[in-house]
Amino acid sequence: MSTILEVRNLKKHYPIRKGFFGKQVGSVKAVDGITLSVEKGETLAVVGESGCGKSTTGRAILRLIEPTEGEIAFNGTDVRSLNPEQLRRFRTDMQMVFQDPYASLDPRWTVQRILEEPLRTHAQAGGGELQAKVEQLMEVVGLSPYQAHRFPHEFSGGQRQRIGIARALALNPKFIVCDEPVSALDVSIQAQVLNLMQDLQEQYGLTYMFISHDLSVVKFISDRVAVMYLGRMVELAPTKELFARPLHPYTQALMSAVPSPVPGQKKERIVLTGDVPNPETPPAGCAFHPRCPYAMDRCRSEAPVLRELDSGHQVSCHLY
Amino acid sequence: MSTAAQTAQGVPPKPAAPSKPTTLWSLLLHNRLAAVGLAFILLWTVIALIAPWIAPYDPYATDMANKLQPPSAGHWFGTDNFGRDILSRVLYGARISIWTGLIAVAISFFIGVPLGGIAAYYGGRTGTVIMRVMDVLLSFPSLVLSMAIAASIGAGLSSAMIAVGVVGIPEFARLMFGQTVSLREKEYVEASRAIGVKDSVILYRHILPNALAPLLVQATLGMGFAILTASSLSFLGLGVKPPIAEWGAMISEGREYIISGQWWLVTFPGLSIATSILGFNLLGDGFRDVLDPRLRSGK
Repeated sequence: MSTILEVRNLKKHYPIRKGFFGKQVGSVKAVDGITLSVEKGETLAVVGESGCGKSTTGRAILRLIEPTEGEIAFNGTDVRSLNPEQLRRFRTDMQMVFQDPYASLDPRWTVQRILEEPLRTHAQAGGGELQAKVEQLMEVVGLSPYQAHRFPHEFSGGQRQRIGIARALALNPKFIVCDEPVSALDVSIQAQVLNLMQDLQEQYGLTYMFISHDLSVVKFISDRVAVMYLGRMVELAPTKELFARPLHPYTQALMSAVPSPVPGQKKERIVLTGDVPNPETPPAGCAFHPRCPYAMDRCRSEAPVLRELDSGHQVSCHLY
Repeated sequence: MSTAAQTAQGVPPKPAAPSKPTTLWSLLLHNRLAAVGLAFILLWTVIALIAPWIAPYDPYATDMANKLQPPSAGHWFGTDNFGRDILSRVLYGARISIWTGLIAVAISFFIGVPLGGIAAYYGGRTGTVIMRVMDVLLSFPSLVLSMAIAASIGAGLSSAMIAVGVVGIPEFARLMFGQTVSLREKEYVEASRAIGVKDSVILYRHILPNALAPLLVQATLGMGFAILTASSLSFLGLGVKPPIAEWGAMISEGREYIISGQWWLVTFPGLSIATSILGFNLLGDGFRDVLDPRLRSGK
């Protein structure tokens, strides 16, 4: 397999300004040094709780949010060095599927127009070709072409998400960031959309970065999982490996929170104490140490680095 | 159950047939005041269009033998100090007032809306500079500012239009600014950015159409304001020049005759100004009432 995306030391800090002259008094470290690589054709899931920087990471990779620091290489192209016009053209390769299917489609546009937008923007089709392409896109995601002249509010949540997926596919991208694409949907619809996404991945050889907080969804769809905590990555491993042998204490706690599908089965639940610290003033050393049951002196002073232990299992913890 | 659900959303339960599609238009016509406003506007617009055909006299023909005649069968609204027929002058005045209002609001809209949109979408220094300039414009009383602008370009109909238009810019800019700030964060705008759509296209095709409702309200209310301010400028001698039939100018010319009892010189143009402004204000208020609950429910 070849690497399609390489991210090195990606950071996004939001300045906190105070006073009349807007003096910077600190910064919120939403993403604080993420390093990862994505292989062609795989699904890399990024999990973590609310506010840990998963979505910011996805958006920073697409430069929808301008990263503060770090390198992003996509198929050898240095994404951060692209000027606005180059970036605009480059967007055909990287697309995004959004979380909220009710907010991600312009309420005043018909489906036809929504799906035409990417094609027109990059002049990939015109005239009758445009119509044919829109119909084809709708069929690919399981919608009927006769619905093309309807408005988004005439569709259900699942159908809207299909429209969102069709829009992302319109430009034949190689890589799609999926920002919690099913968390706004009913459980019954989630499976349909996930299956669709898997089929499309096979059909078009897509690579997904799948942002989610739902571990059962992640287990189903992803090949590898990256666990994030407070803007940093704490563990990265193949899905099976991670679910079978979570190494980082945070991952272990996270895994123990997954409900068991077997009724009556007792599971040991690790309950973390305390809250997620303020990303404005992350704890010194390991960001997780105030809540970690295994915290040692070293954890309070020295930040652990992500190290590969074995067979692609990376963890950032002093225990190993 | 449906009643409970509706009240929970803050929408009063409606006894009327719910199956009937409620368009903006039908809602507007159900609002009695808005309908009255619309009627006034339509009346004056039609008059403005057909004034040359319905005016009984030439509005500029002087007849010194019949000057200062009270309303009669021959001159319904009486005649002025030059013997000109006031009814004809009022009818012709509608053309100038409606036209002034349209041009002035168009100036405010087409300059204010892009400024507000750009200031909000790009933010940063550009946005701050634009909005602070708007604040400065807003800090002047509107009539004083329009007088200053009209006086500096020289009296005349077009300078009155420009002056009133410029004074209206900050209102539109601020409205668009607020709309854009909230719309800019919508996921569909982000989706378009992810596709690589140009910023100007996003502003024009996604943000503007979704921000249009309150802008329309402002434009309607702005018409009333523009007509009033333009008339005030003419009254003060900074608008249209005397012989031209304009309501403000007619009041200005006729005001010295109030004392001597010739009330019709000022009353009829005054009523015209009042009804046309009332029309636009009522319609604007009606627009706002009709659009507001929808905006609040997030549609």
